[in-house]
Amino acid sequence: MKTKILFLFLISIFLLTACGGQPTEMTAIPPVTATEAVPTPQAGQQEELLVITHDSFSVSEWVAKEFETANNAKLTFLKSGDTGSALNRVILSKENPQADVFYGVDNTFLSRALEADIFEPYASPMLELIPAEFQLDGLMRALPVDYGDVCINYDKAYFAEKGIALPQSLQSLTDPVYQGLLVVQNPATSSPGLAFLLATVAEFGDPDFLEYWKALRANDVVVVNDWETAYYTNFSGSSGKGSQPLVVSYATSPVAEVVFAEQELKESPTGSIVAPNTCFRQIEFVGILKGTQKRALAEKFVDFMLGLTFQQDVPLQMFVYPVNREASMPEAFVKHAQIPEQPAVLSVEEIGQKREEWIKAWTEVVLK
Amino acid sequence: MKRKSAYQTLFILLLWAPPLAFVAIFFFYPLAAVLRVAGEAAFVSSTHSFMWRDVLRPLGFTVWQAALSTALTLLIGLPGAYVFARYTFAGKTMLRILTTLPFILPTVVVAAAFNALLGPRGWVNLLLMGIFKLETPPLTLVNTLGAILLAHIFYNTTIVLRLVGGAWSQLDERLERAARSLGASSWRAFWEVTLPLLRPAILSATLLVFLFDFTSFGVILLLGGARYTTLEVEIYIQTMHMLNLPLAGLLSSVQLFCTLALMLLYSRVHGSQTVELMPRTRGEGERKPSTWRQRLLVGGTIALLFVLLISPLAALVARSFVRLEAARGERSEVRRGLTLVYYRELFINRRASLFYVPPVEAARNSLVYASLTTGISLGLGCAAAYALTRRLRLNRWLDSVLMLPLGASAVTLGLGFILVFNRPPLDVRTFPLLLPFAHSLVALPFVVRTLQPALVSIPEVLRQAAAVLGASPWRVWCEVELPIIGRALLVAAVFAFTISMGEFGATSFLARPEYPTLPVAIYRYLSQPGALNYGQALAMATLLMAVCGAGILVMEKSSAQ
Repeated sequence: MKTKILFLFLISIFLLTACGGQPTEMTAIPPVTATEAVPTPQAGQQEELLVITHDSFSVSEWVAKEFETANNAKLTFLKSGDTGSALNRVILSKENPQADVFYGVDNTFLSRALEADIFEPYASPMLELIPAEFQLDGLMRALPVDYGDVCINYDKAYFAEKGIALPQSLQSLTDPVYQGLLVVQNPATSSPGLAFLLATVAEFGDPDFLEYWKALRANDVVVVNDWETAYYTNFSGSSGKGSQPLVVSYATSPVAEVVFAEQELKESPTGSIVAPNTCFRQIEFVGILKGTQKRALAEKFVDFMLGLTFQQDVPLQMFVYPVNREASMPEAFVKHAQIPEQPAVLSVEEIGQKREEWIKAWTEVVLK
Repeated sequence: MKRKSAYQTLFILLLWAPPLAFVAIFFFYPLAAVLRVAGEAAFVSSTHSFMWRDVLRPLGFTVWQAALSTALTLLIGLPGAYVFARYTFAGKTMLRILTTLPFILPTVVVAAAFNALLGPRGWVNLLLMGIFKLETPPLTLVNTLGAILLAHIFYNTTIVLRLVGGAWSQLDERLERAARSLGASSWRAFWEVTLPLLRPAILSATLLVFLFDFTSFGVILLLGGARYTTLEVEIYIQTMHMLNLPLAGLLSSVQLFCTLALMLLYSRVHGSQTVELMPRTRGEGERKPSTWRQRLLVGGTIALLFVLLISPLAALVARSFVRLEAARGERSEVRRGLTLVYYRELFINRRASLFYVPPVEAARNSLVYASLTTGISLGLGCAAAYALTRRLRLNRWLDSVLMLPLGASAVTLGLGFILVFNRPPLDVRTFPLLLPFAHSLVALPFVVRTLQPALVSIPEVLRQAAAVLGASPWRVWCEVELPIIGRALLVAAVFAFTISMGEFGATSFLARPEYPTLPVAIYRYLSQPGALNYGQALAMATLLMAVCGAGILVMEKSSAQ
């Protein structure tokens, strides 16, 4: 009997799929969820704004609501993998734009976005409040939103227990004292990995940075493909309790360790090395995508992202710093954050011209 | 041989139509779009240069690791299949479900599980260091070829257990006994009677395991470390990071070509001659292990499965209940405080984030997607498997075409979906069925490979007898064939269900933001530092296993009668 019922079920499914339209199956789709704005009675005028972004994007619910209410709009965020993946999705679908706004391209990939010509320029009035050092695109196609520094994190307990001094420069990492203690990410697959590679290029120059990496390799640097593995599997300071006390991560990671501690912590178990030229600053940009039908609303959203409400929400949601100079910091950041005063610098143009070449050369030297 | 009428051929082609149309629209169409874009890019720009070495190096390693992994998986899986088919023991259903669970776990979680067990601070290393008073952890696993092989065994042994075990339990034991009474040794009876009869199932399982290892992505990327690269990983890097589409397109083509060649080889080896077997009642050949040797065999196999498949799961579950933060800094020992805080936190949107995923909702989304996938792939798969039992010259090619999606990279396919399904009614952003469709593409080959051996072994005389007694082909299918393949149908359903529950690659491209699945939620937690995030990811993974285990249990129970 049971098989018969199963069979009837199968046949009905089969017929449904064979018909192609599946009108009845649509009822099986979950109803509208709580995170989505429920259309109000005057939904006729409500405009939907599509924002494509990377997986790490986050925003407080009330902040998004504030924009939606003020503009009678509905925000939909399309998350599309990491920074590189999201950008490539936008570039490859530019003939049929998938969204109105793209947030999340950073200075390591900015040149690729500008070359592919995916953005419409927008001279936002909010740019006045943003220091010039962040405004890397003079034509105002990509507008800065936030920045963060990729720095080496260390496990405080390890260094205290072993009585080893912290490395204070990139060069010192080739010292035998730090043999096998550092884990980095593959720049071909990881955004912080690429940023750290760029820091070494800035510090040692092209092509001398390859000699540096040869020395690092001789000193048993561990390479993994993604930040998650590096931090949670290899890094001894994280909950994964790995065997390397030094990891390439973000300057704000120690703050996150406090914010997401399981029991309240007075001090972060990890720290960032913020010595001159050891960190690389990533600046993230937003832009209005070419071909949008909702230019006016898109402009409002860009203004909103650069405005105080959103800017002050950014630290605790994404663990990056706001670019708006009037934005104030949450307490956890004031207490635990370290900001490098002199991060390594490379121009967007140089990165754009050489990025793939450097990654290839790095792969040959470090992995083969 | 019976003469085949034009009517029959038409009937077979009609059966082929839905699955082929499905694969054409949702696989070949997007794939063609990606390859076209890649071709255009190769034409336009000359900046992307590459050498044959860039293709051959990953290809060589891909084939090598896949062959090695497949051999090891068979080595573990075949004894397991025998034990499941021929013996009863306490907790058998439980063990069967537990051995299926690795299949659903996203790779990030598996990496965490292996780390919790075998990592430098994993429980095995801590134990060894404690016993032998060692200063450094004796085992290094992460970032070695060993980790890749172990993870592939962990993931794919269930394919052998389910496919071969299912066929073995259907085998008439009297055949082997007849051989024994004619004087054959037990080894010879196995070699000359049982093994040839199991050949279709073993070949199917080998093919699926090999293809899964061949296109392996997450395992290589996360557990193998940066030194190992396969075609699939290279496609991902070239597409998503280097934007070197010509090379990515070439690599994709090579991977697809290999899959096609393998499929054709498979159908040649598989051949068209199959042995018909009288169906047996379920559980007929099963008995309790009675002799000392049998107990050792059953006990040993179960122990092996526990160590290889279940201990990482157990480590994961245990880790989601254990607090480790208090022990930070005290490096010599890990203090074990039990806690439920990670589970409690799952239900709290602490940061009031717009992207917070309530666990119940994620579980429901996953279940809905998995049920749809099961329905779609079983419906289409039944039609294809049935058509395959009929004689048709084209069958071999059509079968291969259906298997090709297994050889395509999730990245390529995801990109293809975005390129072609961008306007209503089929819009990636709004059409919610695209995700189950994408999952069905992967599940369909499993369903076909599972059902086909079962269907072809049905003796023709049974069909003929029913027909002589006046049953229409339809009724023959309903009342003769379907009950016989019930077990295989269950196996197929379980595969389709688990594939959809655990899939992340295509999901990350296609899941609508308001309907996140459990794996998507797990990744969200793991992408930020902090003890709570890590604990919650493991708690969510435990939840995923529980939900999926419950789903399989329901399927097993409902088909038990």
